Amino acid sequence: MKVLWFHLMPYTELPDDFRDNHHSVWVDIDSTLFDPQRAHQMYNDFFDELEFAADVGFDGVCVNEHHNNGYGLMPSPNLVGSALARATTDAAILILGNSLALYNPPLRVAEEMAMIDCISGGRMIAGFPIGTPMDTCFAYGQNPSTLRQRYLEAHDVIMRAWREEDVFSFNGRFNQLRYVNIWPRPVQKPHPPVWIPGGGANETLRWCVDNDYVFCALSYFGYDAAQGVLDAYKRETDAGGKEQNPFRSGYLQFVGVAETHAEAERIYREPAEYFYARCLHLYPGFTDAPGYRTESTIRRQIAAARPGGGVAALGTMGAPKLEDIVERGYLVLGEPDEVADRLREIAEDLNVGNLMTLLQFGNMDRDTANYNTHLFAQRVMPQISGLFEDEWEHHWWPNPMPRQKRTLPQAVAV
Amino acid sequence: MSGPEERSVEINGFACRVWEKGIGEPLGVLPGIGGAPRWTPFMEALSGTRRVVVPSLPGFPGALGHDILDSHLDWMIVAHELLVGAGLDGADLVGISVGGAVAADAAAIWPAFVRRLVLISPYGLFDEDDPGVDPFAVRPPDIGQCLSANADAYGAVFGVPENRDRVEWLVTLSRAQEAAARILWPLGDTRLARRLHRVRVPTLLLWGDRDRVIPRSYADKFVAGIGGETRIRTISDAGHLADIDQPAAASAAIREFLD
Repeated sequence: MKVLWFHLMPYTELPDDFRDNHHSVWVDIDSTLFDPQRAHQMYNDFFDELEFAADVGFDGVCVNEHHNNGYGLMPSPNLVGSALARATTDAAILILGNSLALYNPPLRVAEEMAMIDCISGGRMIAGFPIGTPMDTCFAYGQNPSTLRQRYLEAHDVIMRAWREEDVFSFNGRFNQLRYVNIWPRPVQKPHPPVWIPGGGANETLRWCVDNDYVFCALSYFGYDAAQGVLDAYKRETDAGGKEQNPFRSGYLQFVGVAETHAEAERIYREPAEYFYARCLHLYPGFTDAPGYRTESTIRRQIAAARPGGGVAALGTMGAPKLEDIVERGYLVLGEPDEVADRLREIAEDLNVGNLMTLLQFGNMDRDTANYNTHLFAQRVMPQISGLFEDEWEHHWWPNPMPRQKRTLPQAVAV
Repeated sequence: MSGPEERSVEINGFACRVWEKGIGEPLGVLPGIGGAPRWTPFMEALSGTRRVVVPSLPGFPGALGHDILDSHLDWMIVAHELLVGAGLDGADLVGISVGGAVAADAAAIWPAFVRRLVLISPYGLFDEDDPGVDPFAVRPPDIGQCLSANADAYGAVFGVPENRDRVEWLVTLSRAQEAAARILWPLGDTRLARRLHRVRVPTLLLWGDRDRVIPRSYADKFVAGIGGETRIRTISDAGHLADIDQPAAASAAIREFLD
């Protein structure tokens, strides 16, 4: 199993009264809460944490894109990915990802990702989310009714730009380009691996299967939330006549490890409660936009009396205590063997070969995050990293240049 | 009240419903956000003296085909074809909310196309200093409160009928929201301001006094922009959808204007 280290880059100093006196963590979050000088410290801590994770042996480091968001300080994950390409040597760099409909022309994504792939010597994984309504429709003003059509077309432009060797013209519904000819081009041929994070619309699952992409079930609500989506993905995989290779799916999990269970509760209580109470304090009206969900998803959710759907749960969290967070499976917490057992169980049940761990969350400081990361790498990872490796081949992992051909940052003597 | 007669006009291969009732000169009505899932008391009141014709734009109840329309030009061409197909070329036209933005643009783009114009809280303009409430950032259970100041009247038009499939009804309303957003997202500014001076026909602007979506200040902007004779009437105890909230007062004001 591939184990990746995922950073959301949360602002770690949202005030205690955030739930009571502020409207939303996302879209219209109060800009006076943002202190750039504190953010200087946070960003540098976050880079330390990502680089540390790569140093202690995680298979990959993972960054994502959010806008107007108090728990996600990465409007451009490509900036972070580019710095990580220099600061790491072997880890995969998973950009999960760029919300394709936001880029005009979408060639910007093809170019920047090609740059990261070149800088890293072919270690990049390209993630293409549609993006949340908060990011795409409310913060970036994209029309929710055309978002998916734009997304699919942007995907087509990018993949052709990576694959085709000749200059070509693209005459789409939303993009008209006379000379497509990106420089630079990705190291990985015919293109970097493509992973799709999503909420689980049937159309998206089928599209992943048809294109042979990895589907990633990303939620902050653990196993129970992912199970239905990944079951549907398995059905689509069967329907598409593809093998049930665990490496074609990914799963995100909060994890807190310590020497004892009691110690883990003590250490991770505050950052976990901070995350669910403050980082997910979201105005429900921003969790959906007319036309964002596909009509089949809307029909299914109305029939199931779940009118909100996946992201809508974000706005209805309340402020759960650690015990609830653990009980509901949002956070896998405990001593190393206990955590390894649970993660193995989850991975086998869900048939998921790419585990994305969130080991920094909420207002967790750098030292605690690095402790969590280190203990996980030493005592948990060895127990789970062999999963699926003998039975299945990972067709969706980066294929970098040989190590001896790759260059490292060189200090130049003055 | 008896229902309207129903026929359809085919636009881009999709059937778009046209409702019609009453006698006399035709009077077109382009409904507001949510469209017309039912024949409304407002339409009924107008049909006492006019032949009321209510076409459904693509995506609104009774019509599909919104998801192939990408630009404002696409929408306006479709609106023109639909209004012509409904027999409304040269007729008086009432446009409400999103339908108001389309009606005003039709009158601006094709000056002889609309005889007299009634706009009820029309979209089409946007003022950064007075943005109003965003009805697209409201959960479905709260949308009625956002658009209407009369919960009973709103429920009587948009509530699920006892004899209809609940899921399909709600999907229809959801699709109508999407179609409105497809025309208006993100601000409701269709760049109408650039063309508004070309509206030279007599125009009545009706505004609910409790409209939180398009503030009353926009009425003055329409008056300042429109090239023809205008008048403003405020409807008491009405929200954004004044036709739904106060059908008697809204229809009376329109009859007075047109007669």
